[in-house]
Amino acid sequence: MSIQANGLTVRYGAHVAVRGLTLAAHHGEVLAVIGANGSGKSSLLRALAGLVPHSGSVARRPAARIGYMPQETAARAALTVFEVVLLGRLRSLALKVATPDLDAAARALDEVGIPELASRRITTLSGGQRQLAFLAQVLAADPTILLLDEPSSALDIAHQFQVLTLLREATRRRGLTTIAVLHDLNAAARFADRLALLHQGGLLAEGSPAAVLRPETLRQAYGISAAILAGPDGCPVVVPTGVAA
Amino acid sequence: MSEAAAIAAWRTLGARRAAVSAAALAGLAASFAADLATGPALLPIGAVLRTLAGINDDPMLAAIVLQLRLPIGLMAIIVGAALGLSGAVMQTILANPLASSYTLGISAGAGFGAALVIVFGAALPFAQIWAIPTAAFLFAALACALVAAAGRLRGATPELLVLAGIACLFLFQALLSLLQFIASQEALQMIVFWLFGSLLRASMTKVAIVATVLAAVSPLLLRDAWRFTALQLGDDRARGLGVNVDALRLRAFAAVSLLTGAAVAFVGTIGFIGLVAPHIARGLVGEDQRHFLPASALLGALLLSAASVASKLILPGTVFPIGIVTALIGVPFFAWLVVRGGAR
Ligand SMILES: Nc1ncnc2c1ncn2[C@@H]1O[C@H](COP(=O)(O)OP(=O)(O)O)[C@@H](O)[C@H]1O
Ligand SMILES: [Mg+2]
Repeated sequence: MSIQANGLTVRYGAHVAVRGLTLAAHHGEVLAVIGANGSGKSSLLRALAGLVPHSGSVARRPAARIGYMPQETAARAALTVFEVVLLGRLRSLALKVATPDLDAAARALDEVGIPELASRRITTLSGGQRQLAFLAQVLAADPTILLLDEPSSALDIAHQFQVLTLLREATRRRGLTTIAVLHDLNAAARFADRLALLHQGGLLAEGSPAAVLRPETLRQAYGISAAILAGPDGCPVVVPTGVAA
Repeated sequence: MSEAAAIAAWRTLGARRAAVSAAALAGLAASFAADLATGPALLPIGAVLRTLAGINDDPMLAAIVLQLRLPIGLMAIIVGAALGLSGAVMQTILANPLASSYTLGISAGAGFGAALVIVFGAALPFAQIWAIPTAAFLFAALACALVAAAGRLRGATPELLVLAGIACLFLFQALLSLLQFIASQEALQMIVFWLFGSLLRASMTKVAIVATVLAAVSPLLLRDAWRFTALQLGDDRARGLGVNVDALRLRAFAAVSLLTGAAVAFVGTIGFIGLVAPHIARGLVGEDQRHFLPASALLGALLLSAASVASKLILPGTVFPIGIVTALIGVPFFAWLVVRGGAR
């Protein structure tokens, strides 16, 4: 276990966004969090990152470094992409920027495949390009636990494939723990080792893609009827067929 | 672009930004010299420089330059820098390019404090030349404290702080109007003159006081430069990067109040510098705050110093109140900047 939530509850005033959730993620594993809009995915990630008040407990090793990427990708600052990525190193940045920080930023830009955007103003990028820049920012921090809120929602199909492959490989190679909120169920099934399906702040189903992506759970979580097919490599493919009555 | 190329490109950008600041510094030096040379008696720059260097034995000239004009010229620079720097920090922490000591009611607080002493100060056991700036400073600080208190109670979000600042502005403006309503003719005139903003009240002691505050606060702000830069990406992202957002905002707000309070206390309400200087700086050097903050201070100093020169040239023999000059020159200039396509 590398990060573990026990009876995690997040409240906004009287509204309960996450209710008593217990969930663990392990080294070298990609855990995809899925669920309908408003089911509490972002709140769960923010609580795991320690950014919202919550009850229940979150356990992780004291040495763990969390890289958190919020869902929001808007940016108004007059900063270049390189500067945005460099900010990932905030904890070690000095007035005169040290070489290791510069190297880490340049490497991260390379890793997500946008080195040519380094000198562009962040405000001039497309939504997808910004998402890649923010992903590079998170990677530049050299985290051990990645908490990514919809890291690929604005990406075209090629970049989505590239980013999710990158995340899975980096997770395996560096022994990271990656928890990513994904809306694309088929991408989640392909790239994640395990899925956690949230419904109204609670955990509706958890386990392998085949165990979670079933007609009954999808009907309950999303209110759709769906056919589950077998994909080319055996992982399930969800085909919505209608809105459940 | 390879990894090395990306780093090299960023270093080049940094060098270019430093060059921009160096150019602003050169402009400031020129403006300062012009400020000392202009006045009722137009002095040759050479003689002014010799006097400053202490190698001029014309006592008349020395008196004009060192005792009359030097404090005013220095005050313009120090106050301009303080206003530019504090405007930049406020715009950053409030995520709002319209934030400044003026729009947040800090200047209004200072104006009310000054008016209070002008109207009721005869009863005070202090000389007015110190009582007025002291009260102006205290009420500027009070305005900030009110805004910060709102932030402590409800979470220091930019929206809340800006709203609280605007409420503060209206409150102190209403109080000020009340004072003007009950003030004697003579006091009313003094209040109005104070509100215009003027460098003529400058003295070396006052310069030293504002300079001390500026020198004390600047390194504190600069130490947070990277955190300010991170804050511009939004509270959530900044928190994720390890910034204690609320604490940073409140601490910066306190530092900036001190700075603005000291600046406006001695020269009155000089609007605009705090708004325009950061705006120009943003366009020239971007918002890496290690460049943005010093550039805003430099441009603020340059603008106010240039305004000081202009205030003496508009109508020979008359010195226009500096607050009026900065607004009259600043507004069309600002409009042009905005229309031409802003920095963002
Ligand atoms: N800052 C907030 N204040 C009040 N309610 C919130 C806040 N953030 C989220 N919520 C509510 O909490 C619930 C879960 O939100 P969120 O975690 O963002 O869901 P998801 O990411 O799954 O779409 C929603 O009903 C949402 O309206
Ligand atoms: Mg969400």
